[in-house]
Amino acid sequence: MDVKKVDHLAKRIIQVMVGIVAVLLVLIIGYILVTGLPQESIDFLFKPSQAVKAGGGIRDQLWNSIYLLILALLISIPLSLGAGIYLAEYAPDNKLTHFIQTLIEILSSLPSIVVGLFGYLVLVIRFNMGFSILSGALTLTVFNLPLLTSNIENALRSVSDEQREGGLALGLSRWQTIKGILLPRTVPEIITGVVLSSGRIFGEAAALIYTSGQSAPALNYLNWNPLSPESPLNVMRPAETLAVHIWKLNTEGLTIDADIVSAAASAVLILVVLLFNILAHYLGNKLERKLTGGK
Amino acid sequence: MADSIISTDGLRLYYGKKEALHGINLDIEEKKITALIGPSGCGKSTFLRCLNRMNDLIDTVTITGTVKFRGHNIYSPKTDTVKLRQQVGMVFQQPNPFSFSIYDNVAFGLRLAGIKDKQTLDERVEKALRQAAIWDVVKDDLNKNAQQLSGGQQQRVCIARVLATKPDVILMDEPTSALDPISSSQIEETMVELAKDYTIVTVTHNMQQASRISDKTAFFMNGKVVEYGDTAQIFINPKEQITNDYINGNFG
Ligand SMILES: Nc1ncnc2c1ncn2[C@@H]1O[C@H](COP(=O)(O)OP(=O)(O)O)[C@@H](O)[C@H]1O
Ligand SMILES: [Mg+2]
Repeated sequence: MDVKKVDHLAKRIIQVMVGIVAVLLVLIIGYILVTGLPQESIDFLFKPSQAVKAGGGIRDQLWNSIYLLILALLISIPLSLGAGIYLAEYAPDNKLTHFIQTLIEILSSLPSIVVGLFGYLVLVIRFNMGFSILSGALTLTVFNLPLLTSNIENALRSVSDEQREGGLALGLSRWQTIKGILLPRTVPEIITGVVLSSGRIFGEAAALIYTSGQSAPALNYLNWNPLSPESPLNVMRPAETLAVHIWKLNTEGLTIDADIVSAAASAVLILVVLLFNILAHYLGNKLERKLTGGK
Repeated sequence: MADSIISTDGLRLYYGKKEALHGINLDIEEKKITALIGPSGCGKSTFLRCLNRMNDLIDTVTITGTVKFRGHNIYSPKTDTVKLRQQVGMVFQQPNPFSFSIYDNVAFGLRLAGIKDKQTLDERVEKALRQAAIWDVVKDDLNKNAQQLSGGQQQRVCIARVLATKPDVILMDEPTSALDPISSSQIEETMVELAKDYTIVTVTHNMQQASRISDKTAFFMNGKVVEYGDTAQIFINPKEQITNDYINGNFG
């Protein structure tokens, strides 16, 4: 076969593969939305769940998922920024650094159930935090940190050395160069990493089953006292999330409409992740434009 | 020498254990263009980067000897490298504007120096862009991202970025070698123009360029200065045979 034909064939094969991936994605998302959305009502989002009776909603689970996500990001973004910046910009190229990088790689490939059990043994039992949002958020941080750290490290490493030298040659300190020149450039990549990890966090069940727990005591959204057990802001209360709720409905759901509720909840989960994506990219673009001054 | 602005004395530089500069003594004259020529890997960039302490950034580097800028040893612990690098600016081989607007690129060093007044900033940015001979091209487009410009234009913005902070010395490491011939000769003209007010030290691989624009030429080889003198003398009547060979393209 001549080169042209091979080239053509290769392109065709690649196209077919892309097609398969695209079809699979559309089928999965389509299936979830088609089975879930018709069950949806505004009401469903705003009423509490039912343990036994039919007609439960997902109000508290949805809130718990969002709240956990926010807390986990609040803890893991600053930490991973620090770690990523250190590894990319300051760490000497030696054995210790390689060791840390290897550890991070290993940590990022740990199955989430293992991270969950770690959270259970250390946070829930040893540190006596109980099944709580805090245990869950810290466990999610462990789960999230390695990926976000490598994401930030790689984003920084991808900036050419000329940019660093340009900053330093202007009299910037190392930190000023990082803050003023390197980070603004890497904002889009970092945002993408945060969005991906948010999707993972939002859909995570295994790491939370034994940490933030499987029960969702009814919340009173007018109670803003973070110490009160019925307050949505309380971090020491057990908090079943949307993903855990779906898992539970499908394994031990007692309500007769478990199928319906779980389908509807899955659709919500996907929509929220989608929404989060769009929002994050919008904010990321705005932030990048602001930081890099291009109007 | 009375009018030398930078002088090095017994400057040695090691990358780890490997000595890359073997004791360089060189006096750079004020408001002149000094060209550093020599085969690849002979230490021209390494030497240039000693003059504003850019080599500090490489962990393995150790330096002995002295580099004096206006009589002060820049390697003394008292030196404020931030200030030094504003007085001794640098332009690189690969144009490296930041991913900001043209305006913000040039204003960057000024803001860093604490200048906030919009009018002062505007004036200084305009002046720097004029000096770099690119004002007319970009004046209506100052908000455009500098990385969208052509290579030659990017290099001019980089020159303007350095000029904005009013340095005394501008170090240039093969500033035209990544550019097309036309942009390249335009940058040369700009350099000659700038040498009326600034001291320029430039590395170049282009012998014609060195002979056209420079006042002084230093020929480097294997981490040593083989010959240093007036450009005319070096090119017409070099003292060393090896300089003659290099200039005439017999090696390197
Ligand atoms: N960061 C570095 N680490 C180790 N060796 C280096 C480094 N930079 C340059 N060198 C070595 O120092 C010598 C001089 O390099 P350089 O100053 O870049 O030469 P030139 O600019 O004249 O081509 C070369 O042998 C080069 O391999
Ligand atoms: Mg060089």
